[in-house]
Amino acid sequence: MSIAPSALPISMRGIEKRFGSVAVLRDLNLDVEAGEFLTLLGPSGSGKTTLLMILAGFVRANAGSIKVGNDEIITTPPHKRNIGMVFQNYALFPHMNVFHNIAFPLKQRSVTAAKTAERVEKALDLVKLQGLGERRVDQLSGGQRQRVALARAIVFEPRIVLMDEPLSALDKGLREHMQIELRALHRRLGMTTVYVTHDQREAITMSDRIAVMNGGRIEQLDRPETLYATPQTRFVAGFIGESNFIPVECRNGSVWYEDRRIHTAAPVPAAGQHLMVVRPEKLRLLANAEPASGVNVLNATLSDIIYQGDSFVCYAVLRDGRQLTLRDYCRSDVLAKMPASGQPVSLGLDAQDTILVAAD
Amino acid sequence: MSEDIGLPISHRQRLWLYGLGSLVLLFLIAPSIIIVIMSFSDSTLLQFPPQQWSLRWYQAYFGSLEWRDATIVSVKVAVTTVLVATPLGTAAAYAINRGTLRFNGTINALLTASLIVPVILIGIGTFFLYARIGLNNTLTGLVIAHTVQALPLVVLTVLSGLRSYDMNQERVARSLGAGRVAAFWQVTMPQIRFSIVSGALFAFITSFDEVVVSLFISGGETTTLTRRMFNALRDQIDPTIAAISTCLIVLSVVLLSVAQIFGRRH
Amino acid sequence: MSAPALMQETAGAGQDLNAQALRTDARRESLRLLALLSPSLFLVFAIIIVPIGWLFWLSLFDEAGAFSAANYARFFEQVSYIKTFTTTFKVAFIVTGACVLLGYPLAYMLSQLPRRAASICLIFVILPFWTSVLVRTYAWLVILQRKGLINSWLIDLGVISQPLSLANNLSGVVIGMTHILLPFLVLPLYASMKTIDTDCLRAGMNLGAGPVATFRQIFFPLSLPGLASGVVIVFVLCLGFFVTPALMGGGKVIMWAMRMEQTTSLYSNWGAGAALGVVLLVVTLALLGLFQWLLGARATGVWSSR
Repeated sequence: MSIAPSALPISMRGIEKRFGSVAVLRDLNLDVEAGEFLTLLGPSGSGKTTLLMILAGFVRANAGSIKVGNDEIITTPPHKRNIGMVFQNYALFPHMNVFHNIAFPLKQRSVTAAKTAERVEKALDLVKLQGLGERRVDQLSGGQRQRVALARAIVFEPRIVLMDEPLSALDKGLREHMQIELRALHRRLGMTTVYVTHDQREAITMSDRIAVMNGGRIEQLDRPETLYATPQTRFVAGFIGESNFIPVECRNGSVWYEDRRIHTAAPVPAAGQHLMVVRPEKLRLLANAEPASGVNVLNATLSDIIYQGDSFVCYAVLRDGRQLTLRDYCRSDVLAKMPASGQPVSLGLDAQDTILVAAD
Repeated sequence: MSEDIGLPISHRQRLWLYGLGSLVLLFLIAPSIIIVIMSFSDSTLLQFPPQQWSLRWYQAYFGSLEWRDATIVSVKVAVTTVLVATPLGTAAAYAINRGTLRFNGTINALLTASLIVPVILIGIGTFFLYARIGLNNTLTGLVIAHTVQALPLVVLTVLSGLRSYDMNQERVARSLGAGRVAAFWQVTMPQIRFSIVSGALFAFITSFDEVVVSLFISGGETTTLTRRMFNALRDQIDPTIAAISTCLIVLSVVLLSVAQIFGRRH
Repeated sequence: MSAPALMQETAGAGQDLNAQALRTDARRESLRLLALLSPSLFLVFAIIIVPIGWLFWLSLFDEAGAFSAANYARFFEQVSYIKTFTTTFKVAFIVTGACVLLGYPLAYMLSQLPRRAASICLIFVILPFWTSVLVRTYAWLVILQRKGLINSWLIDLGVISQPLSLANNLSGVVIGMTHILLPFLVLPLYASMKTIDTDCLRAGMNLGAGPVATFRQIFFPLSLPGLASGVVIVFVLCLGFFVTPALMGGGKVIMWAMRMEQTTSLYSNWGAGAALGVVLLVVTLALLGLFQWLLGARATGVWSSR
């Protein structure tokens, strides 16, 4: 990835924010690398938008430090931060046309008219809105407004671009299209980007790294694939992708589910109660209980099968009454051996697919 | 046509309701219409409908030095009140809308106090205060007193404009490099200007039509139109007042229409 | 920006980093907002709070300048004061009642009309609302006086032989005030009726309630909060009303505000006038407070019963 010369790293330290007596952010530390696309992912109320607003300078933290490059900006007013911002509802200026919306940041910086026209034209090109400069804002579709907001946020070549759920107002097809396009635009321009969303799919699709937030803290900060493969907490495992949770116990250096020893590729944690995270697509229906080495076998009763066209979902009940979900593609070999509801089944899980997290 | 009703009750079943409602509407509007018509009467007697038409009462109004002076005083005071109350009220509404101050509720209550405190008490109180600082019978005194009465209207109108305005726009303007003042003037102001204009119109009517406080604190050279009308009405019913009243009604209609047109464009 | 740069070197624990600078910044922001508010607050303070406080202070001294409750005791002792209060409350009750009787059907009709028709009809409510009180009082004087429109019409038609005394007495005051205060009831009532969900009414009819039952059991109870706020506004305004009783009462109907004016302007008895004003303000605030409290209690009652 080419890093634009203007891209700068962000370093946040000890960010605290309270609204009255409610702590929204607690001693939060986060480093965003230069040119990185970092997503703050979390449920509503996790503090992700507050953190973004503190970065932009619209909300004042109670304590903390934000450094962009070597500059401390925690008390810098928003207009001197040189940060481009895209809001959820776009916040386009309805009393200006597309051209003047995009030219707004250049006007504030006293850029000459000729230079302004040239740069606005370039920005319109980038977001594929050539020739729409004279349009009024209310003549644009949702997707076009989104693009104008984006062009306006990058036309002045800010050090950082912040986006607050910018795609949530678009319908599904357009949203997925814009995800790809935003990603490509980021690759091309290479500005440091902090993106906020509550949609885990969107986060996985677009981000270099994802910070999963919960209750005002960052639960885990990792690349999307790492986050999915090795979630470190129950919250992360539950929030990203689907998960079955099976209570297990660690003793004498191995992992036990009831009286059965679990094969695991991961290092065995300290003795005590833990949860095994089982992704539905990692489970397999075994033809018979032939325990190949390194494969964990769970005996269960099939309770229901739901066909979803390309794939199917099985619900199986373990002996302790716990329900597991299994997902697989509708391949003919799998379908041919499909047991019926109510039959006992053996579910296989490879040792390298077991994930252990602390029980809360 | 009827997009917001749809109960299975026909209009015919409701004729009695429409009849009753129309009578009440007539009760509300008839006095103004009668006055307008009578102001064109030729007679000193109050006949309706008038037997003969003339403009003599308008001539009496515009020809009288006393009435003219009083009108000029009222216009001066109302215009100055608008010029003072509009910026002050807009600034206050902006601060209240931010809602970050600790005593926002108290501030709100204080600014709208003049809507709740009985006007007669404001009149007596202002007279009492002005007597000590020499502001009775002055234009300054009138403007200050009227500004206090017009402020809540400006604040409430601008506040309602700000509440329907998306503050993210000002935020985004700030992030794009506009300072506080620039963001307000270039982005917020153009979008709430209709509310500000409405607030200014309300301030004008409030000041121009104000009677009770003016009765106490205006007099001599600074007698307002309403004060002179009040005194004239206490003595006898002079048809000149019908002409003046018509002018005031027309003024209200014009200002309300302007506010309405601005409101629709908004 | 230099102060925080110094601090972050020392604050390694990540706690209260730059907290001082941020507090200063927050305080500066509050001061900026206060600066926007201060001219307005100062004016309100100087023109409303200070004089009323001063008058209250005055009301605590008798004419000899001694500290006493004489100004307030007088209200219970002198017949003329008692008469003023009775008249004021009598007028307030009649006018409020008349406003409800006229205003409720009007607001109901407006709420049921199609949008365009309703907005045209609303002009007839709003225009008088913004027409000078003096103009409207004058109009009623012209209409109601001895040789006024009503009397001359009725005599011409042969209905009566002697003119009715409609103005310069209680009936004149009541008619004039009802006309002036009616919009204060109709506008909030109409606004609250517009928020009543038509689906509720449809559901009522669907469940077998006729139009009358639907109105009585669903629409009317839902319109009560709006009616209550209109009633309180009208009643409170009646208590302090000055112009119409002064011009249409013929000197016979002395209401609270007129009494205040007479006491201070005619007799220059500031203590007594101030005491009247203080009680009027207290009654006004008490009524508004009571209304707020009832509405709040009612709202939470509905909420908890769900």
